[in-house]
Amino acid sequence: MSAVAALSYLVASVLFMSGLKMLSSPKTARKGNISASLGMLIAIVVTLTDEKILDYTFILAGLLTGSAVGVWFALRVQMTAMPQLVGVLNGFGGGASALVAFAEYIRISGDASLSVWTGDAPLDVLITLVLSILIGTVTIVGSMIASAKLHGVMRSAPILYPFQKQTNAAILVAAIVLGVLFVFDPSRWYLLVIIAGLAAILGVTSVIPIGGADMPVVISLMNSYSGLAGAMTGFVLSNNVLIISGTLVGTSGIILTNIMCKAMNRSLANVLFAGVGAEYDPSVQAVEQRTVIRYTPEDAATILESAQSVIIVPGYGLAVAQAQHALQELVNILTAKGMLVRYAIHPVAGRMPGHMNVLLAEANAPYDILMEMDQINDDFQNTDVALVIGANDVVNPAARYKKDSPLYGMPILNVDHARTVMVCKRSLNPGFAGEDNELFYNEKTMMVFGDAKETVTKLVQLMKS
Amino acid sequence: MTEGLMISIYIFVLAAFVGVEVISKVPPLLHTPLMSGSNAISGITLVGSLIAAGEGHGGLSVILGFIAVVLATVNVVGGFLVTDRMLKMFKKEPQKKDQRA
Repeated sequence: MSAVAALSYLVASVLFMSGLKMLSSPKTARKGNISASLGMLIAIVVTLTDEKILDYTFILAGLLTGSAVGVWFALRVQMTAMPQLVGVLNGFGGGASALVAFAEYIRISGDASLSVWTGDAPLDVLITLVLSILIGTVTIVGSMIASAKLHGVMRSAPILYPFQKQTNAAILVAAIVLGVLFVFDPSRWYLLVIIAGLAAILGVTSVIPIGGADMPVVISLMNSYSGLAGAMTGFVLSNNVLIISGTLVGTSGIILTNIMCKAMNRSLANVLFAGVGAEYDPSVQAVEQRTVIRYTPEDAATILESAQSVIIVPGYGLAVAQAQHALQELVNILTAKGMLVRYAIHPVAGRMPGHMNVLLAEANAPYDILMEMDQINDDFQNTDVALVIGANDVVNPAARYKKDSPLYGMPILNVDHARTVMVCKRSLNPGFAGEDNELFYNEKTMMVFGDAKETVTKLVQLMKS
Repeated sequence: MTEGLMISIYIFVLAAFVGVEVISKVPPLLHTPLMSGSNAISGITLVGSLIAAGEGHGGLSVILGFIAVVLATVNVVGGFLVTDRMLKMFKKEPQKKDQRA
């Protein structure tokens, strides 16, 4: 690598890091993204001048095809479908890393037909080569499964079968054993193919037992894997810009995975292996004979009319009903009447980290009223109305004291501390965790049943008049 | 252990620390754009793909390189564009209703 190329890669790395740093505030975030893409452009242009490149036909064809697909994806995706898109893109990155590692193996083998091995590769290249193919393949296959589940192409409920964990562990061990055998005798190229095959199976078997609402964790984890696969490929190619950016993304994914697990009060192992959400039995809640009082949107409007402060708790049901825009209209009306209106956003509201914020931003909600759980949780006690729309588990008080509940210990939004709680929901069905929500039976709770969009639209009309 | 590998390991470990420092300062508000944006950055593997696709010797290596270029370019272009699309929506003041909608 020439000194110019090496220095340009350093510039690219710096632009990536400063770009990520600018994401710490919504004011500078857009510039940060542009700075990172500029870094990418520099890295690509410098690479194209590499003397090893003899033929540009396939490069141009690949760049054009990829750009067309990328632009098409980016411009037509719905904000609700963002998790699927990020999943697919993660997968592509991981897949590309695995392919590059294999292509590099062919190059160092010294014989393009792989019939004789005349290569000479140091141990670390061989080890990272195996890791890159293993992690990259798990990433692309696992991400596709996760995206298929999120997109509803595949059943999103966990798919469970006996000895699931043991099977996954056995596949992983087999892949590692084959990897060791390969490192001892790198002429055995077919081992790499078998490892990729095992990794593909592992990608499927490790994601199918995970339920739809746990997907934020899977998407974050795949994000991390795609970065790791890139870093491993960086070791294979001795390319520092790959190592740096791959590692940055790897740590980013791990941090987000950790935040999601904490917000659900579950360990990563529990999310990956427990298959939560599998045995939902609708007959269980029939046993519960407690009654709730049904209120109409008119009742709710009367209470809202006299409120000074309102905190809205949106859940994924809001996005499913596509009620964000109507809800923001309601917020505008209430704010115009002089009320203090804010959103309280639980970390797991949505299908990927931060998803709900994007959905509300799309509905023109100003970001300074989108509050994190820790920022706003103490304010519920001074608030007149907590309006819960399409959320359930994240406001279930059982998380505080009911030790045998799957929700126990999960941080929740203290909506029950507000003077009045309004819950807009389609039915009394329990949330993802299968735990009945006693908030609904609380005497200060007003249950307004119905489709979120219809109810909110009705509230908008009532508040306007 | 070669000196080059040693330097690479140093870089790997130091980058991990930079990553933790930088990423943990990103507010939950922006976690989705963070994921799509960092995802685009991980498309840097494109750099390796380009060389594999352009080396001009060996059919299989070029085909693998070509597929890798396509995948990585989708990742880079799609990732940065969609992140920009999202970040454009984050505004402090409520905006006028979009008339085209």
